[in-house]
Amino acid sequence: MRTNEHEQVIEVTDLRRVYTGGFEAVRGVSFSARRGEVFALLGTNGAGKTSTVELLEGLAAPTGGQVRIFGHDPYTDRAAVRPRTGVMLQEGGFPSDLTVMETTRMWAGSVSGARPPQEVLPLVGLADKGDVRVKQLSGGERRRLDLALALLGDPEVLFLDEPTTGLDAEGRRDTWRLVRALRDNGTTVLLTTHYLEEAEALADRLAIMHKGRIATTGTPAEVTAAQPSRITFELPQGYFPGDLPPLDELGVTGHEWDGRTIKLHTRELQRAATRLLVWAERTGMELKGLDVRSASLEEAFLGIAREASAHETLEQGESTTTGKEYAA
Amino acid sequence: MSGTVSTTEGPTGGTAEAGSGRNTAASTPMGRMRSLARAELTLLGRSKGMLFAALFVPLVLPLSLYSAAGEMNLDEVGLSIGAMILPGAIGFSLLFAVYSALVGVFVTRREELVLKRLRTGELRDAEILCGASLPSVATGLVQSLVLAVGCALLLDVAAPQAVHLSVLGLLLGLVLCAALAAVTSGFTRTTESAQVTAMPVVMVSMLGSGMAVPLEVLPDRLASFCELLPLTPAVTLLRGGFTGNLSVSETLFAVVTGVAWVLLAVFAVRRWFRWEPRR
Repeated sequence: MRTNEHEQVIEVTDLRRVYTGGFEAVRGVSFSARRGEVFALLGTNGAGKTSTVELLEGLAAPTGGQVRIFGHDPYTDRAAVRPRTGVMLQEGGFPSDLTVMETTRMWAGSVSGARPPQEVLPLVGLADKGDVRVKQLSGGERRRLDLALALLGDPEVLFLDEPTTGLDAEGRRDTWRLVRALRDNGTTVLLTTHYLEEAEALADRLAIMHKGRIATTGTPAEVTAAQPSRITFELPQGYFPGDLPPLDELGVTGHEWDGRTIKLHTRELQRAATRLLVWAERTGMELKGLDVRSASLEEAFLGIAREASAHETLEQGESTTTGKEYAA
Repeated sequence: MSGTVSTTEGPTGGTAEAGSGRNTAASTPMGRMRSLARAELTLLGRSKGMLFAALFVPLVLPLSLYSAAGEMNLDEVGLSIGAMILPGAIGFSLLFAVYSALVGVFVTRREELVLKRLRTGELRDAEILCGASLPSVATGLVQSLVLAVGCALLLDVAAPQAVHLSVLGLLLGLVLCAALAAVTSGFTRTTESAQVTAMPVVMVSMLGSGMAVPLEVLPDRLASFCELLPLTPAVTLLRGGFTGNLSVSETLFAVVTGVAWVLLAVFAVRRWFRWEPRR
């Protein structure tokens, strides 16, 4: 029943996953998703996205913390959860000698309230591939078959682990349209991706994971807004950052200098840029390679990876020799 | 299929589903296993190597038993040539059409990530194993019947004296072979190595479980050890069903041993079966 629009359908609390052998892939992850919401998990390879999603799908029991889907534990209370979820794994698993139609029929037979294969295959553009063996499909077609199977039972919650990896630009747009249509119909979608534009295009809310933890979370706008905008240019030879007007007067919160190019961080981009340009005009200085850029999700993503690795470098007690400074 | 279903639209279309048109027919364990078994049957039919091993070998191998049987003093131990060959032939069918074939099926599906994908759906673990086993188990069953009819016509085997024992032996053998295959697959890394990892059970059973050589012609101490091997109870019961000369205590011993092996194998499956490839 899709009655309560604001019901939390996915609730993850302090989730931990340690593999046999001791590798801690998920280290205390918490988030939730409402009905009809697209929630994206972003992160570099090895950030723990898939390890997290597998726990949500109920494929394994968490080492610590808990997952609730519709208020049920997806691992122990499989019967209550599975008929209402659809799953697309990062790598689809289908017998290579079955045809697309045979595969879809096999899957339909195991899904409550399955839609007929003839109805689902056209949704993903595989209408005319019914008689093709799975092994003859391209990587992108296999992803789309996987998506079709995930949609067979009209799931209320859909888990998509890197759904567009291997798809061409058009296939990616088609998948995006499909995901939006599903969301508009009240489906909750949990998506992992390493395409930032995909998260920006689809996600109502997102979390950026790094080394098994959530580094930041919020709407794409919130996550982006938490990051400073930046102004980059080359200082002419013989000039140093000290020759600029006082940075705090410009509204600059921090800077990086590699001896030639300077990068200024600011949360007041217009003010900082205006003052800098007025100063340059007055002093007759040419700002070569000037690049003024609002914060983007990509900046946020790279910033998190950078901060995290800088943090680790400090933790390991190694001295930084890059010459970067953080004034903020 | 009951209930209305939402309209179909292309990939560029809007409604991927409509809540009101939801078909609410819940899937059932039988229905889920049936659709999986049907897919596995299709795959069995498409794999020439598996078809050969599963259909041809068990039907041809017994011919070699026929010549060997001539050299044994079967009369001394009270066995007719048919009572010697038929249970052995059914044993071969269990080993090749069921056990070896299923080791390959389980490993291949695991390495193709099919098992992992199936586990994300409504199928329970046991349903996946049973559904995937059904075509091979059915093959073994049909072969056993063909062999029984064939032996009856060609070797003039007398009608079974205690059919229920033969049936019980066959069922025990089928279930145990499927379960042992699942256990073996847990120790098998690739589809290719499945041929090797299946060998121990196949060899030991052929030689020690009364298939190629009836336990009656073995030295007593060796025979009583062989009675404890996994497939011996199945073969003993099959043979006892035809000869009708199995005592109550012998029958009980075979049944208890057989059931114990099934329980052990099921425990081992729960403990060691691998649903995903090793990383």
